[in-house]
Amino acid sequence: MMASSYNAKEEDGHHSGASNNGGAGVVKSKKPDNTAFKQQRLPAWQPILTAGTVLPAFFVIGLIFIPIGIGLYVTSNNIKEYEIDYTGADINDACYNCAKNFSWNSTTPCLCSVPFTLEQPFESNVFMYYGLSNFYQNHRRYVKSRDDSQLNGDRSALKNPSKECEPYRTSEGKPIAPCGAIANSLFNDTLELYHIDSNGTRNAIPLVKKGIAWWTDKHVKFRNPGGNSNLTVAFQDTSKPVNWRKPVFDLDPSDPENNGFINEDFIVWMRTAALPTFRKLYRIIQKKPSTTPTLPSGKYVLEITYNYPVRSFDGRKRMILSTISWMGGKNPFLGIAYITVGSICFFLGVVLLIIHHKYDTRNNSADIPS
Amino acid sequence: MEDEPNRGEVLETTRGAMARDTEDRAAGTHKAERRQRGRSKKKPKETRTVRVHTGHEHNPNRHYANNRIKTTKYTVLSFLPKNLFEQFHRFANVYFVFIALLNFVPVVNAFQPELALAPVVFILSVTAIKDLWEDYRRHRSDTEINHMDCLVYSRAERRYVERFWKEVQVGDFIRLRCNEILPADVLLLSSSDPDRLCHLETATLDGETNLKQRQVVRSFFDLDCEFDPLKFNGIIECEKPNNDLNRFRGYILHRSGSRDALYKDNLLLRGCTVRNTEEAVGIVIYAGHETKAMLNNNGPRYKRSKLERQMNVHVFWCVVILLLMCLFAAIGHGLWVFQYGDKRPVFDVLSPEGAELSPVVAAVYLFLTLIIVFQVLIPISLFVSIEIVKVCQVFFIHQDQDLYDEDSDSRLQCRALNITEDLGQTQYVFSDKTGTLTENKMVFRRCTVAGVEYSHDEVDSEEEEVPPPGGSLRRDSSSSQQSSRVVLRSLSTKTHRRTGSRADAKRASILSKHTAFSSPMVSMVLVLVLVLCLLCPVSSVQCPVSSLPSDLADIMDFFMALTVCNTVVVSSPNQPRQKSKSPVKTIEDFIKRFTPSRLTSGSSSSSSSSLATSRSSNRGCSGLLSSPSAESTLAKLQEEQAALGSAPPRYDGTPRSPEDGELRYEAESPDEAALVYAARAYKCSLVGRLPDQVTVELPHLGKLSFELLHTLGFDSTRKRMSVVVRHPLTDQITVYTKGADSVIMDLIKPPDTGRKLSHELVLRTQNYLNLYAADGLRTLCIAKKVLSKEQYACWLQRHLEAETAIQGREELLFDSALRLETNLQLLGATGIEDRLQDGVPETIASLRQAGLQIWVLTGDKQETAVNVAYACKLLDPEEEILTLNADSHEACALLLEETAKAFLPNFAPFEVYPPSSSSPHSAAFTVHRLGLVIDGRTLAYALDQSLEDRFLAVARSCRSVLCCRSTPLQKSTVVKLVRNKLKVMTLAIGDGANDVSMIQVADVGVGISGQEGMQAVMASDFALPRFRYLQKLLLVHGHWSYSRLANMILFFFYKNAMFVALVFWYQFYCGFSGSAMIDQWYLIFFNLMFSAFPQLVTGTLDKDVSAETLQQLPQLYMSGQNSEEYKPYMFWMNMIDAFYQSLVCFFIPYFAYADSDVDVFTWGTPITTLALLTILVHLGIETRTWVRTHVSLFFTVSLCYNASCPSCFSPSNPYWSMQRLLQDPLFYLLCVLTPVAALLPRYVQLGPVPLPLDLWLCPVPLPLDL
Repeated sequence: MMASSYNAKEEDGHHSGASNNGGAGVVKSKKPDNTAFKQQRLPAWQPILTAGTVLPAFFVIGLIFIPIGIGLYVTSNNIKEYEIDYTGADINDACYNCAKNFSWNSTTPCLCSVPFTLEQPFESNVFMYYGLSNFYQNHRRYVKSRDDSQLNGDRSALKNPSKECEPYRTSEGKPIAPCGAIANSLFNDTLELYHIDSNGTRNAIPLVKKGIAWWTDKHVKFRNPGGNSNLTVAFQDTSKPVNWRKPVFDLDPSDPENNGFINEDFIVWMRTAALPTFRKLYRIIQKKPSTTPTLPSGKYVLEITYNYPVRSFDGRKRMILSTISWMGGKNPFLGIAYITVGSICFFLGVVLLIIHHKYDTRNNSADIPS
Repeated sequence: MEDEPNRGEVLETTRGAMARDTEDRAAGTHKAERRQRGRSKKKPKETRTVRVHTGHEHNPNRHYANNRIKTTKYTVLSFLPKNLFEQFHRFANVYFVFIALLNFVPVVNAFQPELALAPVVFILSVTAIKDLWEDYRRHRSDTEINHMDCLVYSRAERRYVERFWKEVQVGDFIRLRCNEILPADVLLLSSSDPDRLCHLETATLDGETNLKQRQVVRSFFDLDCEFDPLKFNGIIECEKPNNDLNRFRGYILHRSGSRDALYKDNLLLRGCTVRNTEEAVGIVIYAGHETKAMLNNNGPRYKRSKLERQMNVHVFWCVVILLLMCLFAAIGHGLWVFQYGDKRPVFDVLSPEGAELSPVVAAVYLFLTLIIVFQVLIPISLFVSIEIVKVCQVFFIHQDQDLYDEDSDSRLQCRALNITEDLGQTQYVFSDKTGTLTENKMVFRRCTVAGVEYSHDEVDSEEEEVPPPGGSLRRDSSSSQQSSRVVLRSLSTKTHRRTGSRADAKRASILSKHTAFSSPMVSMVLVLVLVLCLLCPVSSVQCPVSSLPSDLADIMDFFMALTVCNTVVVSSPNQPRQKSKSPVKTIEDFIKRFTPSRLTSGSSSSSSSSLATSRSSNRGCSGLLSSPSAESTLAKLQEEQAALGSAPPRYDGTPRSPEDGELRYEAESPDEAALVYAARAYKCSLVGRLPDQVTVELPHLGKLSFELLHTLGFDSTRKRMSVVVRHPLTDQITVYTKGADSVIMDLIKPPDTGRKLSHELVLRTQNYLNLYAADGLRTLCIAKKVLSKEQYACWLQRHLEAETAIQGREELLFDSALRLETNLQLLGATGIEDRLQDGVPETIASLRQAGLQIWVLTGDKQETAVNVAYACKLLDPEEEILTLNADSHEACALLLEETAKAFLPNFAPFEVYPPSSSSPHSAAFTVHRLGLVIDGRTLAYALDQSLEDRFLAVARSCRSVLCCRSTPLQKSTVVKLVRNKLKVMTLAIGDGANDVSMIQVADVGVGISGQEGMQAVMASDFALPRFRYLQKLLLVHGHWSYSRLANMILFFFYKNAMFVALVFWYQFYCGFSGSAMIDQWYLIFFNLMFSAFPQLVTGTLDKDVSAETLQQLPQLYMSGQNSEEYKPYMFWMNMIDAFYQSLVCFFIPYFAYADSDVDVFTWGTPITTLALLTILVHLGIETRTWVRTHVSLFFTVSLCYNASCPSCFSPSNPYWSMQRLLQDPLFYLLCVLTPVAALLPRYVQLGPVPLPLDLWLCPVPLPLDL
């Protein structure tokens, strides 16, 4: 009976707790829900990253990478590539005179020809590139200096190009079409390739200029204002870029479908290169239906109409002939990289295995309880 | 921290501004007032005057805030500017806006200006939406509150009418009904309660669940008829609104010119609930935002965590790296331009104006451009991400079932939202003892009355131990062995090795709840009381009580004091209180009630016979009682008792009588309740307490009402409380005082004036007190003093003066109390046990294993504290105990010096601690097996500036530190000292108001939502229901929060550095022109969309080690303490790693695409992809727990990334490039190769280095298990 008083006190907190709520209904418990999410017990995979699980990965990576690397290296080596530098920087070069005297202001084209010999025949389609070095097509202000809506055939943009094109936006009071520094510096050398027979005759090699640009560029991104009908009218009241010789609607006299903004050479140029040394697809030499190689081994001559000055920035100009494989152009790097990384992994695996073996035995004997 | 304190202020002023448009003027002045109050202490007017609103003219109180509350920060119009303004307090936001604006300058712009704004706008709008949502919720709750109903007196209708809360104004009369919530701070003018009381439940305000009594203003006390508001004509003068809940001063000036003092007891606070009172009427004094409840509402606290401070340093370093990169590139660009000289190449486009830029100008422009391009290096989304992650962490901590306490139905509360990770880094824990380590449920254990010791054992009814027959009234000398161990308070360092089992302590910890009183002393006292009470009435006139044998009188007085000297409220919560049966008021009345039939039912025949004699002659009575010595009487009683029942009465679970069961005591401190319950167990029960009278029920006598003249409340300076009562029968004025033994002992009447025995009594009592303390009991001394009428009158006069003073009332009352509490007569002392909470020793052991230093700071006596420390395994019997007790500064210095020399050979006396140059972890190894015990006085000396270093040097090398008798201020000083000098993370845990300062000072404050109200919880960052939950909170949630956040922050830095470095390498190939091969969309949204999301998921859900492991192996916690997951070198390692990875990610594609016809963005896209893949795989390696959601998220993000490509349309026009890439086998080859190559170092590092998990798989013997 003495305890009654004590116990009343024990319940004390509880009672007053209940009365707090004014007896209004059942007291809702504050107990948190027992759900996996709230209790942080979501099903999870907890990889135990011990030496035992880490080490095999090295070997697996090594074993996969090395064969891939070898495959890539072989593929790359099978690609044939031939490159000629025709800048004319050296006094002995064929184009030295052209390079020396030429500037943007020259009106008369300078011609030069470079002979070369292909030691091996080029099979299948051969891609002809022109390459530029030290040409910073990726310069920030250069990259920006274009008006995409103008190039997309927008009439208002044609009449009033974007401010980004400054200072190549207007010339003599008229808007420039196509405006901007990229278009202004369009590569305008003309390259022609001749095969010299055993009997000394020059045979022009047919160079295809269709399909050198991305399909989407040609058909979606670049459009002529007002379609392709009568470009002269469409480009009325516009001015040609300062450095150009011909207006934009007259870029390719031979093919009216290849004029204006959808000129493929122009489109290719407008896709600014990522690095200061780059190449751009110039022409495609299509595979002949016969069994003869596309470019048999032998002597060739490259005829250049030298229009493009590069000496001011120590640039170089090249012509590249290359076949292509499933992995693109010739580039042994990737194969080598795969082999290297694979080997390193394998090597590391071995080293770590040795280290771990020692570490593990010491550990085992010392303190792993049964 | 800079902007956060402003928040409150902003809120404050905002609130002011918000006050209703219609009352613009009022709001304006109010705001001004408030501001003045905030800024300077000078007030134009010291008080507030409340007049009654007479109905006509203007409301005289109109310039006070009305009761409409508005806690929202914004209005529809002000939202945008105000929110933006607040967000711009964060420096990072300003920085990013600055950069975005820089983009609008044509010369330097790097991105499309509109696009560059996007991330900033995104971040700002996310925060804004969050704020808006919070504000909307506040608005909704405001509206709800504003539209609650209450009864307001309407003068026009001459009755009380229902009004919304928001319509209540200062000066309105309000009628309150039972269980109603108070709409404003109301001055109580009338109550239906017969005693003119109003009972309040203040749980919403301070969390205390006991009922508080509020009193009708004195001049309305005698109002018999219903209160008529029309007749009220006083003017109320009171304080300006303030946030002190326990203070209210003022007076009513009546028409008649008389003044009535107003106290806090007259004020009903907003938010409280009316209980037990049918109806009450009051006048509104403070309304709306000026109510004390609203002024106390500060909202959540903002602290800045250690991790965040560390992070900010690294953000700064990122800025430095950014500037260095920009500078380098700018110089590069200058040189690049310079090398061409006058021959301008075609690709070097002129500036828009057509002007040619000189190399220097070009470099300067480029510098600015690059700042924009490289801005990603400063992780814009980091701050937002951290906030999101922390909110999630808080959510999970909240939801943890293990932190839920079934008994109190409370769970852990996170009050501070942004220091979760500090829980994982704590190094020092400062704990309060009472209520934190112990239950704070007091059990009356022992008492000594007049130098005689009575024990009051509990019987463990659950363990079916048969109690010693006849109970255990023992004249306690069994613990003589202990008494020899009493620590001498002297200038000496006594170190003694405690050996043997601490049986007492063990007993204390294993006691179950179901215990019952079984002491035969109950019956004995019953008899005594009976005897005494029988004597009193008859002898009241001729024979004063003092002539009774002192022992009996003392026992009577002792229990009387226990019953009366407190502030315990008796409650019967179910129905409104009725006036109790009129208590015995006169002797006649008493005698009338005192029927012989009742009397004979008494257990003692001798007492009944004594009554018979006493009736006839009082001489006989005194003779009878005085003849046997106290000893023999007791002995006789003892025998009787032994004969009476061999088995003590056992408690069977049901209350003996319904009346008894209904009585519930609600005390401010559990000690008081324990004493009252104890007294009731001995049949001296408190049945009612009114402001002016205490009713005590005595066996067979019925109720006895003491006129309560004064209550001098407890305060921590006096350490005692007193009541002044008039004995109903003898009319004697008695002061009962109870308090800490140290203070009471000093106030005991000097022996020469008192009885001869007095000195011996004091000594004996002190001896018992020491024994009690040694048993870990809390001790209180009980004393009394009889006042003559003249003395009382003299004192009363000055006391009344003090009570009515407005200025300095507290001090005056304090002095008045001091005057009264002198020359006391010692009655006895009590020993109350405070049980340890469940799991405290285990928690302390595991926290200690986790490398935490635990200090206990308590206000208790040294002996008590030491014993509890043993019980909870804080001190180990194997340990040496270092006791520091000194009486003077010099002595303290000497003591510290000696200690240091004796125990710390390596200690250099004036060593100032270099800020954590040696890691605290290593310091933990040098900790001596020592326990330090220091008392409050010595602590005061030791905390002096000249000694604090020495003290710390001693203290930090001890395994545990116990500070006894420390004041709240000392507690906080100790915490501050340790925090500042040792540069460690501190956690303070406590439950009472005396721990508040300590909790606020510590890096992490934890409150125990226990018995002693909510002050500690209000001040805390985290509130726990029990101490033992600290283990999981720290070891599991703290660890997780810390490791998640640390990893996430490091990862953010790494990720951004790596991404930006890619662009930086590109500068070497684009003439340092600021060009980026990565599309600007990717560059800007990389942080926001592509990489931040998986990171967030990891930051929220990753577990490096499972909860079970963390709890089993507390050692794992040390990784957080030593900041092992986020050390400065790790930032740099991550940076180096980032640079390495970016080199790989850049140069593999570089060589793979070298001299090809690839264009800028067709080349940049694979690089972006590679970087993203690398980052995600890296995250994968870092992530320890792969929740399914991760994997799917990786795919979602990748798909988003791919899908976003053709749709985006920008000057770079990357149209279809992704699609082309996806057809290109080279792309896939790169995707496989690059991440592998980039992550090789990371992966290699995983190989031989054991992770914490490995540690778990093959546990190494841990250093702290010595």
